[in-house]
This record gives sequence, C-alpha cells and structure tokens, in this order.
Amino acid sequence: MRKLEVMSTNTLPAALAEIVDDFQALTEPDRLQLLLDFSRGLPALPERLLDHPELLEQVVECQSPLFLTIEQEKNPDGVAYRLFFKAPPEAPTTRGFAGVLHEGLDGLTAAEILAVPDDMPELLGLTRAITPLRMRGMTAMLGRIKRKVAAADRLLS
Amino acid sequence: MSYPVEQNEKFAAYAHPERLVSTEWLAAALEGGALGDDKLVVVESDEDVLLYETGHIPGAVKIDWHTDLNDEVTRDYVDGKAFAVLAAAKGISRDTTVVIYGDKSNWWAAYALWVFTLFGHEDVRLLDGGRDKWIAEGREITTDVPQPTPSEYPTIERNDAPIRAFKDDVLAHFGKPLIDVRSPEEYTGQRTHMPAYPEEGALRGGHIPTAASIPWARAAAEDGTYRKRTELEALYLGEAGLTEGDDVVAYCRIGERSSHTWFALKYLLGFETVRNYDGSWTEWGNAVRVPIVKGAERGTVPVLAGK
Repeated sequence: MRKLEVMSTNTLPAALAEIVDDFQALTEPDRLQLLLDFSRGLPALPERLLDHPELLEQVVECQSPLFLTIEQEKNPDGVAYRLFFKAPPEAPTTRGFAGVLHEGLDGLTAAEILAVPDDMPELLGLTRAITPLRMRGMTAMLGRIKRKVAAADRLLS
Repeated sequence: MSYPVEQNEKFAAYAHPERLVSTEWLAAALEGGALGDDKLVVVESDEDVLLYETGHIPGAVKIDWHTDLNDEVTRDYVDGKAFAVLAAAKGISRDTTVVIYGDKSNWWAAYALWVFTLFGHEDVRLLDGGRDKWIAEGREITTDVPQPTPSEYPTIERNDAPIRAFKDDVLAHFGKPLIDVRSPEEYTGQRTHMPAYPEEGALRGGHIPTAASIPWARAAAEDGTYRKRTELEALYLGEAGLTEGDDVVAYCRIGERSSHTWFALKYLLGFETVRNYDGSWTEWGNAVRVPIVKGAERGTVPVLAGK
C-alpha cells in the first residue's frame, strides 16, 4: 500500500504532489480541517461564466451540485488549461475537493493533467473520514476534468 | 422527559408533540442558558461531513451519520459500547434531552434520531425545519466547537426489533403496507440511485412488491419543517392508503430518507408499529430471488420462490 502511494505521487504535478504531502503529514481530523480550508479558498467564477451557466457541466456523481468547465490559455510555452468550479457553500466537502484540484491543476498543460493517476484522491488519506461514497465524487470530478482536457487537446492537434 | 415539552398549536395536533421543538423554542432555551450541563444537548447531523465546521448552532456538537453511527467493518450500526463512548464524548447522559438538527430538511438528523432510538434513548427530539430554517431566520451560528465535559453513558444493547426491519422481516411482511420513499424514477426502476447522486450499485431497478410510493420530501414543507398533521394524513392515510393501527415498513436506498418518513409515521401520525428497513434498495435490489416490481404500479403480494 505504502509503495503504491509513493509510486503514484511521483507522477503528480508539483503543486498537486505538495498538496498530497500536506494531507499525508496530518492526522485525520486535521486533514478534514485542511479540506475545509480548500473549500474556503475555492475562487468564485469569473463574471463571464456567471452569466453563462450553460458553459458549465454538472458532475452528477457528486453528492451536492458541482459544476465545472475548462478553458485553454495560449502562452509562449504552449497551451495551459484553466479550471473553473462552482459549488454551493452548503457543500463544503465538494467545494474542498474542487479547491484541491484547482490549486493542484489550474494552469497546467494537457500532458501534466492527463498524467495524474485516476486514483489520486485516495492519496489524500481522507477515505475513512469522508467515507468511500463521498470520495467517489472527487474521483468523478478529476475524471471529468481529464476527459474534457483530453477532448480539447485532441482538437488542437 | 427531562426537559419541558414545547406547547404550540401545530405540534399539539401530532400524536407525539414531545418529539419536536421549534427554532423559537430552541433559541429561547439557549438564551436561558440551557446548555452547559447535560440536561440538554444539541446535536448537528448532516449529509456533508464538513458542513458543521462551516458554522453551527452555538453549543451544538456534531455526530456524523457515517463515521460515528455506522460500524466501520460490518454493514450495521455501532454497538452499545461504541454508542456509549460516542454519547459520553458528546456530553450526553442517559437522561439528557437531545435535540438533533441537520441539513436537507433534517433528513440525516432523522436518521441519527432513529439510531438513538435503537439504543432506547428516551428523550430525543428533532428541531423542526433543521439547519436551513435556523439560518434562514438569521439566528446565531458559530464556528466555535464546544468541548463538552464527558458524561457517563451506560452500555445499552441495541434493541432493533421494534423499529428496524431486516430483509427476512420484509419478506414476512407481505400483505401489510410498505412505503417506498425514493424518487419516482427509482421506484419505477428507471434508475437505481438518486437523481444527481452517485450510482450505488443496485443490480435491479424497481420497488418491493405492493409498496406505495410517497417520496420522503413530500412530508416536508418549503421551509423544511414537517407538514401539518392534516397534510400528513392526506399523504399517508389518503394517498398511500394506510389505516390506523397498520404495521408499516418504510424503506429507501440505505435507510436515511426513510428515517424521515419513519419519524412522521411513528411520532406525528402515531402509528405504533413502524419499522425502517435500512438494508433498503441497496440490499433488496441486489439480493438473489427476492421479488421486485418494475413500473409505476404497486404490484401484488408475490408468491415467494422456494416457499
């Protein structure tokens, strides 16, 4: 089990690997507190998306309504992907997962995002405290981001 | 009952008014310094495991339906020893008046109340309207987590039989009324999980033969409070066809939503024998050779395989 975790962390982008390390260094109650901090840190949607809810997709696997979308941003090094999430304040767990993925993946390239292992949420060490059922929403969120990035990336080539 | 029962017109019409308190009542009790000893303990129980931490009623302690009340290994509730440890840590004694509230019209709060009742905790009440109503009324919330003085709680063996049904109990129950509290899509078998909720792995979609479909949220008003007695009667006596004295089993997907209906039938309408089948559709929809019905019709009492 321990070996698997180490292997998986190695393929994570630096920011996400750091978040995983932060979670793993904490006790279970403190991990929940950190997730709550991430829920508070999730940035609000930019105005252009607020007016266009149709541009956001719902991730139905999450227990509370979560909407997300991605945008491409061209820069000298290539194309970066920006991530946008919307979840209500009454859903702090869902918001916290969104906050982790935002801080860990926002602004990265398609290759970096697609290299994140699908079971990355398990690395946060929250499964017991959050319950497997609630973890499924986070895995679904990551899966949706990867699918959208892969599809957008295919259109570029 | 160790704490005075609230008197108001709405509650007085219910069979057991002592099982509910209003937000006004609780606010007044808190203002009067009700917390601080073990006479009254307020418990928040939500679907979202972090919601309590974002703000809660001052002095309220948190009990999580999954991590605190479910056994970690067996699909069952905690045993008497674990419950005693939990209650003591929350400052609850055997004769404490416990007021439970939560998100989503008290859906999970009702589930926690039902588990308290498995242990025969005598005075456990719901805050009518729950968390959302308290906040909508602009009442005080805080992120301060209280540190209750640990109490003594005896180890009580759970008494499941009066209010909990198992699969075999349901098979033996045919001919008597069943209430399915899931969404119409789950009832008909169009889908095996809640709308907008994760797939929870039932192999078959449909309902238990003869069950009436009364989605749980119909027992709640817009503000999350329980509907008035006359409205509940129209729902359960009228639409579902229950008659006084019926022996009723309610179920949903894992037993949480049906706890809300169980509370309405047991304490608000006064049915003596109401059991919650917590195995619910995640057990029934996967079990071998149990009969199910697809579609909107209730279906008829089945002839059981092997009987």
